[in-house]
Amino acid sequence: MAEWNAAKPKNAVAAWVEERLPILSLVNNVVGVDTPTPRNLNYWWNFGSLAGLMLVVQIISGVVLAMHYTPHTSLAFDSVERIMRDVNYGWLIRYMHANGASFFFIAVYTHIFRGLYYGSYKAPRELLWMLGVVIFLLMMATAFMGYVLPWGQMSFWGATVITNLFSAIPVVGESIVTLLWGGFSVDNPTLNRFFSLHYLLPFVIAGVVILHLWAKKISDSGNPLGIDVKSNADQIPFHPFYTIKDAFGAGVFFFVFAAFIFYMPNVLGHPDNYIPADPMVTPASIVPEWYFLPFYAILRSITFDIGIPFTDIVFIPAKLLGVLAMFASILVWLFLPWLDTSKVRSGKFRPTFRWFFLFLVIDMFVLTVVGGKKPEGIWPLVGLIGTAYYFAYFLVILPLLGKIEKTLPLPESIANPVVKAAE
Amino acid sequence: MKLVKNIAIALTAAVGLAGASFAAGAAKHPMQLEWSFEGPFGQFDMQSAQRGWQVYKQVCSNCHSLKYFHFRNLADLGYEEDMIKAWAAEYTVIDGVDDAGDPKERPGLPQDVFPAPFPNPEAAAASNGGAVPPDLSLMSKARHDGPNYIYSLLTGYEDAPADHEMPAGKSYNPYFPGGAISMAPPLAEGVVDYEDGTAATAEQMSKDVVMFLTYVAEPKLVDRHHMGLKVLMFLGILTIVLYLSMKKIWKPIKSGRNVYEDK
Ligand code: HEC
Ligand code: HEM
Repeated sequence: MAEWNAAKPKNAVAAWVEERLPILSLVNNVVGVDTPTPRNLNYWWNFGSLAGLMLVVQIISGVVLAMHYTPHTSLAFDSVERIMRDVNYGWLIRYMHANGASFFFIAVYTHIFRGLYYGSYKAPRELLWMLGVVIFLLMMATAFMGYVLPWGQMSFWGATVITNLFSAIPVVGESIVTLLWGGFSVDNPTLNRFFSLHYLLPFVIAGVVILHLWAKKISDSGNPLGIDVKSNADQIPFHPFYTIKDAFGAGVFFFVFAAFIFYMPNVLGHPDNYIPADPMVTPASIVPEWYFLPFYAILRSITFDIGIPFTDIVFIPAKLLGVLAMFASILVWLFLPWLDTSKVRSGKFRPTFRWFFLFLVIDMFVLTVVGGKKPEGIWPLVGLIGTAYYFAYFLVILPLLGKIEKTLPLPESIANPVVKAAE
Repeated sequence: MKLVKNIAIALTAAVGLAGASFAAGAAKHPMQLEWSFEGPFGQFDMQSAQRGWQVYKQVCSNCHSLKYFHFRNLADLGYEEDMIKAWAAEYTVIDGVDDAGDPKERPGLPQDVFPAPFPNPEAAAASNGGAVPPDLSLMSKARHDGPNYIYSLLTGYEDAPADHEMPAGKSYNPYFPGGAISMAPPLAEGVVDYEDGTAATAEQMSKDVVMFLTYVAEPKLVDRHHMGLKVLMFLGILTIVLYLSMKKIWKPIKSGRNVYEDK
């Protein structure tokens, strides 16, 4: 497994620093010349570095926004408009930050689904994967609280709906909600604590990203074939090969990102958030940002209690069950390394798995659509079916499939990807 | 550009946002117009925006505030400094207190916000049958398909269908969610005497006021479009260079070289 190479810089100053603080070695060994990496990584492997870049974009743009933003219910909306109108290039910074959140999620969702297809969560990368799940949860919290800051109608009502969910938790639910609100409704104290946490959490994310990369160093990158590295011939140094490939990927990604910032900066947002928050007026429909919609759909798909049929005895009321389902839909990822019983990592060699995986991806898109609709007509049913498939995939299909699926023969090695059986 | 816009709309629809938004009330879908500010090269039509300013000032400002709009912003619409000063001076603004502690009044200055017609929402509601006329600064962005929506709203008043019960003081407008709006039709032919001699039909005034309000909602739109072009060109070239470098650097790897052994 991963070995550590000390850097020997020729530059005297670098050598002096390196002797006292081996920071160069650190970089070299994680994403540098001393990081042997499988030679066959495809473009799906670009999205990890893209997510990292988006974190940097969010932190830099966010710190500048925070210099001009005022976290007070009577000033927040105005301060954002001041940023848009009177701060030099304020419009650019704000549109970068608001669209940056979306592009951060695009990168991370792609990164996660890459992992789901290629079995990146399997031994020895369980912790690497679980740290990724932690990052995703922190991101969701950060983005949710960030969306509250401009204090528009969707900010206010989104915060009200989502914080209210916690009241479904038995015994402590109401106290948790009061704690989140800092009072008895979403109000100034809520905005203040959300701002504080919105500033803090991205740095916590950065910390977990470091652990994530450390775990990546120890267990090495996976690869599309899902087989272990066998010899030097299977590997190439990360730098310059993957640095240039990541840079090219970043060029493409940022091109699309810029097209949104400059030409459709509000397409991904909701117009109601340009109306100042008003606790007396409920918007016609309260919809979260697009990246929360699949989980919102799961939440709302549960409309039945669990209890003893034909009696009034209810063990779990529908609201609580919905909340549990929503949290479980992400927490289940933590158990994935043990739920998937197949010895073969890559979906490439799992012909049946591939179909179920494809349905899961489609299911996510369907749930996204359902999450944005009012729960009327056909949509609750579609949502329920989507939710059922989502959980079935993780809790039933993956455990069973690994036991019964006939996988394809694995190639001999990465450098020599000829199928053994074919020889 | 229509293409880009259509793709954008399709994308939004795909992620379900559009569906969610149009679910609100069974309002009529807005009429679709061509606007000069749309598209990657979109700009404001200055003549139209100037006329729109006249419409706002003479009609809408009787009821609607424009709280993010300063007189100085009129320079962006091509007005001269002394004209802006003169307009601002037509209004009286309150600026701090005098030595006796009484509010001090002075004529408006270019840095002042355009004065609101009512001192507070209660006063606004009292004069408008209980409905508060919303601030118009962001209206063009605060409704789905804002520019088309405002245009349709202003020109779309009709007689209420026989089966549609109308509360007193409301007017029927099929583009407004619910159909019954507390704003009486504000524009009738000729209510404004255009300085440039354009015929002031309701359609013309509506188009012009939308042009003006879209400028107020997104004053940096033209800068944004210009900068976007440069940024995209830069990123495009950079990406091509990175692609060619990548191909070059990877060439030996693609032909099977083992970096660690055959040095
Ligand atoms: C006599 C007062 C009055 C005048 C003049 C007036 N409005 Fe209004 N307007 C209102 C009121 C009251 C409402 C709130 C209607 C409601 O909520 O039912 C309103 C609402 C609106 C809305 C929001 C509709 C929505 O979707 O909520 C727009 C847009 C609007 N006005 C534009 C204009 C424009 C543009 C002008 C000038 C051409 C104008 N108004 C002139 C009183 C006025
Ligand atoms: C994980 C990284 C981050 C994500 C996903 C994120 C997300 C968001 C989102 C979705 C908004 C609402 C944007 C809008 O609609 O206007 C927002 C606003 C804001 N964020 Fe962040 N953010 C991140 C990091 C940061 C950091 C590190 C800071 C400060 C140091 C910050 C400061 C702000 C401020 C001041 C606002 C309010 C201004 C505005 O709404 O435009 N953000 N953020």
